[in-house]
Amino acid sequence: MTSFSDIEQTIALARERPQEFSDPADQLMQAGELILENWLTAHDLEPTDEKREGFRLLALHRQGARHETSFHACRETCRELIYQLNLYQVNKDPQQIVMAAMVAMHLLLFIRGKMEIQELGEFCCNSRSATT
Amino acid sequence: MSDSTHLRDDLDTVAYYPGCALEGSGHAYNRSTKRLARKLGLKLVEIDNWNCCGAMEVKNIDPDIQNYLSVRNMSIAKHKMGLDVVMAPCNGCYHNLKKAEHDVTHREDTRETLKKMAEKTGQPEYKSGDVETIHALDWIKHAIGEKNITGKVKKSLAGLKIANYYGCMYTRPRHIFPEKDQGEGSESTSKPHFMDDLLRAAGAEIVDFPLKTACCGGAHTLSDCDTSTQLVLNILQAAEACGADVIATECPTCHSGLEMHQVRAEETLNIKTQPVMLYFTQLLGLAFGISPRQLGIHENISQSMGLLRQKGLV
Repeated sequence: MTSFSDIEQTIALARERPQEFSDPADQLMQAGELILENWLTAHDLEPTDEKREGFRLLALHRQGARHETSFHACRETCRELIYQLNLYQVNKDPQQIVMAAMVAMHLLLFIRGKMEIQELGEFCCNSRSATT
Repeated sequence: MSDSTHLRDDLDTVAYYPGCALEGSGHAYNRSTKRLARKLGLKLVEIDNWNCCGAMEVKNIDPDIQNYLSVRNMSIAKHKMGLDVVMAPCNGCYHNLKKAEHDVTHREDTRETLKKMAEKTGQPEYKSGDVETIHALDWIKHAIGEKNITGKVKKSLAGLKIANYYGCMYTRPRHIFPEKDQGEGSESTSKPHFMDDLLRAAGAEIVDFPLKTACCGGAHTLSDCDTSTQLVLNILQAAEACGADVIATECPTCHSGLEMHQVRAEETLNIKTQPVMLYFTQLLGLAFGISPRQLGIHENISQSMGLLRQKGLV
């Protein structure tokens, strides 16, 4: 399992020196998947290799959300990451990689935060009680 | 400029539900919203004897009480004041009123419980659809619209690069906002744009900002302050990377969170970020020639006067 600090370093490198990767978009997509794999493994789930709407990232998110309904914020972040990386595939604008890296970092911060405080995101945007 | 906005006459006078935050940390939002209404000839009638919507806390004790707190305000607007539209500028209040409306519409058990509570308190029972709850963004968008905003601009926001931050509760969870995602002219829950539309109409340059609805850890700012600081710092750095001078906000909790964690990130992590925070009502007010003091800009923690002077807005 790749640690959060290693994933964080990859994201930072993709943002600051994307030329060091043959495909920075692929690195960031993998980073997103690794973040969710951390969550799933910590919850004794085997991360899926399936895809949803063509992306493993979305399948992993769905797998995690099966037991954690406060993943609404996380879902938007995953979709935004895919959107930014799709834009990069079209226009190859390095700024898109910067944006995608910021989004991937947010996913990491949110999931890492949730692994420390499970209720993060639970009772605000998901509008659920944290106690039920 | 394309403007597919459907303007509505029924928004000239609305019931105004400021909520607790706008009387405290979000006072500048309250002040600028009221001042903007006056400038635009719109009437805000504050709900008589309104109560707290329960914020994020009450539902942890009893979700029915949370719903009752919301429908009590909506019931007063309808039955005591005769108003059909409640405008809530705070995302938390807006979210709770929409949630209550959703539960009253779709849940028999909620209707029964709220009916009993209303009987006990002597309040008229709230029924689904008695009022329509809107956000301040809906209100300006549909009462005034982009074309009219452009026509009223005295000091263009041209030269200001703005990242719009909507926070989480304006769009999530999606099912409590049935009017959103309805095609052209409606708000999007995944890529909201009403604030973009309004500020662009006032001349601002809107930057492509990928964290418009990202979590700021707001509800956990006391229990897990470090995570909140990290989340906010990432939002601030993303805005900076997009080239934004300003992060425009439309929620007092988001606004305070961004301001406070910007300071905290500098103090605890020694990471300084440049964007300043302003409410969208303050930015529109400046564009319409209202003075910074009347818009409560001096009440913000974020120091924006230097930038506003540099851009010729004050």
